[in-house]
Amino acid sequence: MTHKLTTKSISSKKGYTAKEQDIAFFEYSHKAEITNIYPLTANEKLYQVQIIDPDDRAAFSFKPGQFVMLELPGIGEAPFSISSSPTRHGALELCIRAAGNMTNFLDRTSRGTKVGISGPFGTSFPVEDMEGDDILLLAGGLGIVPLRAPIMSVLENRSRYGRVDIIYGAKTPSDLLFKYQYEMWKQFDINLDIIVDKGDSEWTGPVGMITEIIKRRVAEASGDDFKHRTSAIVCGPPVMFNFVCEILNHTGLPMEKMFVSLERRMHCGRGKCCRCNIGSTYTCLKGPVFDYWSVLNLQEAI
Amino acid sequence: MIFKMFPAAELEDLFALLAVNRIIGPISKGLNKDGHELFDFDHVTDFSHLKIAYTQTIHSAKKFCLPHHEETSTFTFTGDDWQKEVDFGAHQPLVLFGLHPCDINSLNKLDKVLMDSIYPNPFYGAKRQNMLIIGHSCTPQPACFCQSMGTDTVLAGCDLFLTLLGDDYFAEVHSSRAYHLLEQLDCWEPGAKDHARFRASIEKRSDSFTNTVDTSDLTKILDMEFASQVWQQWGERCLSCGTCAQVCPTCYCYGIEEKVDMDLSRAVKNKQLYSCNLIDFAEVAGGHNFRPESHTRLKYRYYHKHRGFVEAFEEALCTGCGRCGTSCLAGITVPEVIASVRGGSHDA
Ligand SMILES: Cc1cc2nc3c(=O)[nH]c(=O)nc-3n(C[C@H](O)[C@H](O)[C@H](O)COP(=O)(O)OP(=O)(O)OC[C@H]3O[C@@H](n4cnc5c(N)ncnc54)[C@H](O)[C@@H]3O)c2cc1C
Ligand code: SF4
Ligand code: SF4
Ligand code: FES
Repeated sequence: MTHKLTTKSISSKKGYTAKEQDIAFFEYSHKAEITNIYPLTANEKLYQVQIIDPDDRAAFSFKPGQFVMLELPGIGEAPFSISSSPTRHGALELCIRAAGNMTNFLDRTSRGTKVGISGPFGTSFPVEDMEGDDILLLAGGLGIVPLRAPIMSVLENRSRYGRVDIIYGAKTPSDLLFKYQYEMWKQFDINLDIIVDKGDSEWTGPVGMITEIIKRRVAEASGDDFKHRTSAIVCGPPVMFNFVCEILNHTGLPMEKMFVSLERRMHCGRGKCCRCNIGSTYTCLKGPVFDYWSVLNLQEAI
Repeated sequence: MIFKMFPAAELEDLFALLAVNRIIGPISKGLNKDGHELFDFDHVTDFSHLKIAYTQTIHSAKKFCLPHHEETSTFTFTGDDWQKEVDFGAHQPLVLFGLHPCDINSLNKLDKVLMDSIYPNPFYGAKRQNMLIIGHSCTPQPACFCQSMGTDTVLAGCDLFLTLLGDDYFAEVHSSRAYHLLEQLDCWEPGAKDHARFRASIEKRSDSFTNTVDTSDLTKILDMEFASQVWQQWGERCLSCGTCAQVCPTCYCYGIEEKVDMDLSRAVKNKQLYSCNLIDFAEVAGGHNFRPESHTRLKYRYYHKHRGFVEAFEEALCTGCGRCGTSCLAGITVPEVIASVRGGSHDA
């Protein structure tokens, strides 16, 4: 008598039930269409991406700070922060800089292109826990992109927050993103401060380091009050968030109320490829959003 | 646990019972430059090719559930639309015949991160769940330090584990499939004498390890010595070739690459096992590299295996098989690296 083994199979399912634990969905991506493309600067464009299946679209929900993996078949797949409102189930907005192979290809595509979307992945900014607080949103460069989803959340629930400040630094005025929204933000009673490293002939705003404005904002706040009633989100290059978090740390603001979003190379978004590890922490699972205390405990973080 | 005994000569009958399936086992791959026989796991059709008394294989058995190269999905283009087809790549069951304890334990470790965690990986799982594994006892080699890593014995992860006691096999029966197989052999229930022989054999083996690693408080020590000079010294020797990860039974990191066919009608998404020692492992678009120097990458490999994985799963991502040290052209071995890091900066 011989012992013939039978093949057990894991079927790759077609329908999406949003069960992230279901093994068959590992390689599943929603087919989505780029419905609109707005150039924002010379290198960055805003892409509106709509999941084609209406049920899947309605079922897709995310929290501010989470990211998706965007796939261009045959070209590549990469992580991008969702930059739109978490409560609107329309198109997802991704603001993408042409930086490498796939993003440059994307830069040349037009409306109607079909892409794959999987996710959402990763941790988020706990905007609900921040209710009742004054909110400091600090962005350097492309850092305004992951910050835009929490900005939208705060705007949509404006009455639940105290004073809201957005402080945004960019290299030059032509690098500024989302210019068309500044007036709207201000109308929602948000203090918007923008500073550039280098002005141009039309620039009338401040020129210098973002840290100057942050120091002034902190000094304005009356002592103890600040550290007891503020939550901060800091997004930008590592040097910037390091400086900024140290300034905030000096005010006595608890590190658990300061949040950053970290970027690493990613090939899966699902804790399997190891490319995103910081020390031995998976940025795609334990991040990209970390509180500052966690960052201080990550070897290799800064 | 159920134990059985059968005559060692009947291993061939066991092989024959399973031979309708694809059997993977240790076979000879010629001699190395010092005249020692080299072994590797491969497809075995003829029992006489099976080298069951092998020392160690060059590669581990991970390639049968974690291939070095895998086509994860294909796309077909029609007009401006496309369809994605995903193939988890489990086309036939495999019998792994003669795995040593460390290699069985390496699969158990991979299961923890690839199957028993969030987003289980179906490419691995589909192949992994289609394996029948027969373990076999081994003789500790000079590079082996599995005893220090707690992987020198098998508690789970195989169907059957065989320990050679002279002319007989002592069989640990881990599954009903294995139980049914043994029903076809001339088995007997081990008695007190057999138990004594088994104990004597495992004691002798335990005493014959010559290589050790001190893992006590290692997670803390790795944190304390993160900035230690010794890493730089190892980094200067490391060639950043990635060989260690290729032969390692527990390394699983990878890269994804997509390619369009010449006629633009089809594209594939390929997964290639990678190595954290390769220079662009953590390089991002625009050219920034989070680990530009070789010592930071080498350190990361140790850090992931002996700290991060321990933190997550209470065990190291290393079986102590010693393959990485044996294959490394620069002669970098785990016991030496860890001893030097434990020694602290002044000893280096
Ligand atoms: C959580 C997260 C959110 C991000 N959000 C945005 C965003 O909103 N807008 C934006 O413009 N960019 C964002 N990035 C960076 C973006 O992922 C990279 O610019 C992109 O991967 C470059 O891909 P490429 O194929 O053009 O580059 P190539 O250099 O050709 O890269 C090849 C592959 O390497 C990986 N890779 C390379 N660079 C990065 C990187 N910086 N981060 C992660 N993986 C990388 C990707 O898998 C990529 O497909 C984010 C990165 C992370 C980790
Ligand atoms: S440790 Fe050895 S095998 Fe590994 S990358 Fe360095 S030189 Fe290559
Ligand atoms: S790190 Fe080296 S000794 Fe440890 S399991 Fe991998 S190859 Fe074996
Ligand atoms: S992106 Fe693959 S493990 Fe985090």
